[in-house]
Amino acid sequence: MKSRGLIVYAAFYLAFLYVPVLLLPLFSFNDSQFIAFPLSGFTTRWYAGLAADAAMLQALANSLKVGAATALLSTLLGLTAARAVTRYRLRARGAALGFIALPLFIPDIVLGISLLLLLAALELPLSLAGVVLGHMLVCIPLSMTVLIARFEGFDRNLEEASADLGEDGWMTFWRITFPLMLPGILSSLLLTFITSFDEFLVAYFLSGGSATLPVYIWGQLRFPERLPMVLALGAIILAVSVALVVLAETLRNMGVKADRRRVGA
Amino acid sequence: MRFLSVENVTKSFGGPPVVQDVSLEVARGEFFALLGPSGCGKTTLLRMIAGFETPDSGQIAIDGADMTAVPPHLRPTNMVFQSYAIFPHLNVFDNIAYGLRKLRLPQAELTRRVEAMLATVRLEGMGGRTADQLSGGQRQRVALARALVRQPKILLLDEPLGALDKRLREQMQVELRLLQKKIGITFLLVTHDQEEALSLSDRIAVMSDGRVLQVASPRDLYERPSCREVADFIGEINFFPATVKTANAEDVTVNGGVLGVITLPRANAPDAVAPGDAVLLAIRPEHVRFAAPGETGVAGEIAAATYLGERSHIHVKLPSRSEPVAVSAAVPPGGGSVQLVFPPQWIMALPSGD
Repeated sequence: MKSRGLIVYAAFYLAFLYVPVLLLPLFSFNDSQFIAFPLSGFTTRWYAGLAADAAMLQALANSLKVGAATALLSTLLGLTAARAVTRYRLRARGAALGFIALPLFIPDIVLGISLLLLLAALELPLSLAGVVLGHMLVCIPLSMTVLIARFEGFDRNLEEASADLGEDGWMTFWRITFPLMLPGILSSLLLTFITSFDEFLVAYFLSGGSATLPVYIWGQLRFPERLPMVLALGAIILAVSVALVVLAETLRNMGVKADRRRVGA
Repeated sequence: MRFLSVENVTKSFGGPPVVQDVSLEVARGEFFALLGPSGCGKTTLLRMIAGFETPDSGQIAIDGADMTAVPPHLRPTNMVFQSYAIFPHLNVFDNIAYGLRKLRLPQAELTRRVEAMLATVRLEGMGGRTADQLSGGQRQRVALARALVRQPKILLLDEPLGALDKRLREQMQVELRLLQKKIGITFLLVTHDQEEALSLSDRIAVMSDGRVLQVASPRDLYERPSCREVADFIGEINFFPATVKTANAEDVTVNGGVLGVITLPRANAPDAVAPGDAVLLAIRPEHVRFAAPGETGVAGEIAAATYLGERSHIHVKLPSRSEPVAVSAAVPPGGGSVQLVFPPQWIMALPSGD
């Protein structure tokens, strides 16, 4: 009896979680402007309309640029910081880590407003570069979390052995550190890219005239006739996001499994 | 002499010195060991010679060249790490070839050198394996081959056999010794295992609390320890407090308490002794013997005896001394009450320390 109750609860929970999300792709193929049952027929015209929408494509391009820049910069800075934290005896290590992680717990709206005030005070124009900086505040701690975990499972003697065998710091990085950290680096790139790509509030405050995709979608919701196209766009983002997350997790697990093999041997 | 020279080297990591004013000289082709309990500074000293740590003061020179400020990748040393540090993303061949990249050898020559090294460490045909396909002993050989293929002036070994089980360890000790004799490279071994140090090395530096207590051959270390700590660390030994009565050029006479008045050869006592000095008499269990019929010795009672074949390990209780005397000899017929003889030539007088 008890277990049946739990199963029903679990079923409701999963339905609540996923049915609305699955409605997105469903209605994106529905041949009607109105989001309502019964479905009226299959169409791909909303997708075709998307492809022809120059403003949307511009927003997509903006988001890809911001996501790529955020992912690369955050992972680069995260990698160097994670290495420093795990390899050197640092003073105030705990405090530094805490301050770096803090933006993860500050509400995005507070971050967005404070960055907006900062840019205004410095008399800097709103631009995508500002969005990248805002996203990096959140993405660097994310990247560090992923990379510190990998560095901690990494025998520092390996880097010393490389130096001992005649390679300087740079070559040691390329021949030892980078290949062994690669699963972590890729997983950090994907995670920070998705975080930046999906982010709305900071982008809304800082993007100014050049909207990112979430900001563009928000703007489109005012026009009911464009709603099915937004759904089609949402369906695409959903599919790509899921694929990227699965890829990131697979990469991370590959790294963990390889480590276990090494330790077990 | 002076192939490797360490002069007045001191190192601390913010606290008390880990290595304190250490000076050493190692000869070309020597198998030299740094022996001491964990935390005595031996690994830090080895890491300073490899270049991973920088001395706070003092100098390190190899083959006449000052190395103190030279980074590890430019030093003529190679190291076998305690964890072996086999690169997990490379196979055995590429691990061994790792340090040859800078030489820009033609592929055929590179292959020849690596194959020759694989043969030297008896890993023929294993070049394609990865680290997780190797046993502990094989990993150790890969680490050795990877370091030796660069033909270092000095090979540094950090507890290289510590991770192996006892049988494999003994087998690897023999192999290591033969290999060193064959290739003639200077080996510097760090170990806490006194048997390992005694059986492998030409000379040993015994370290404690960041200082070198004594540098000597295994035999001298065993038979002529310079202080109580060395005598205690290497093998088993009996101590008796004593006072110097007279000292001259040939011999030293001491009042040895329960042992009575004994005259030792001058060489068995520290250089600077004067009448009235407190010393510590030390004698190994196998050098104490039971009195022959008609001979008189120090009377005692056998408290315990462990049979070990030709000799037994025996504890003899003396009246007026709480600690039993360890004796390694055949149990005398009759047992029970015995008389012990302490031959003066085997008694060492050591500085009493306090």
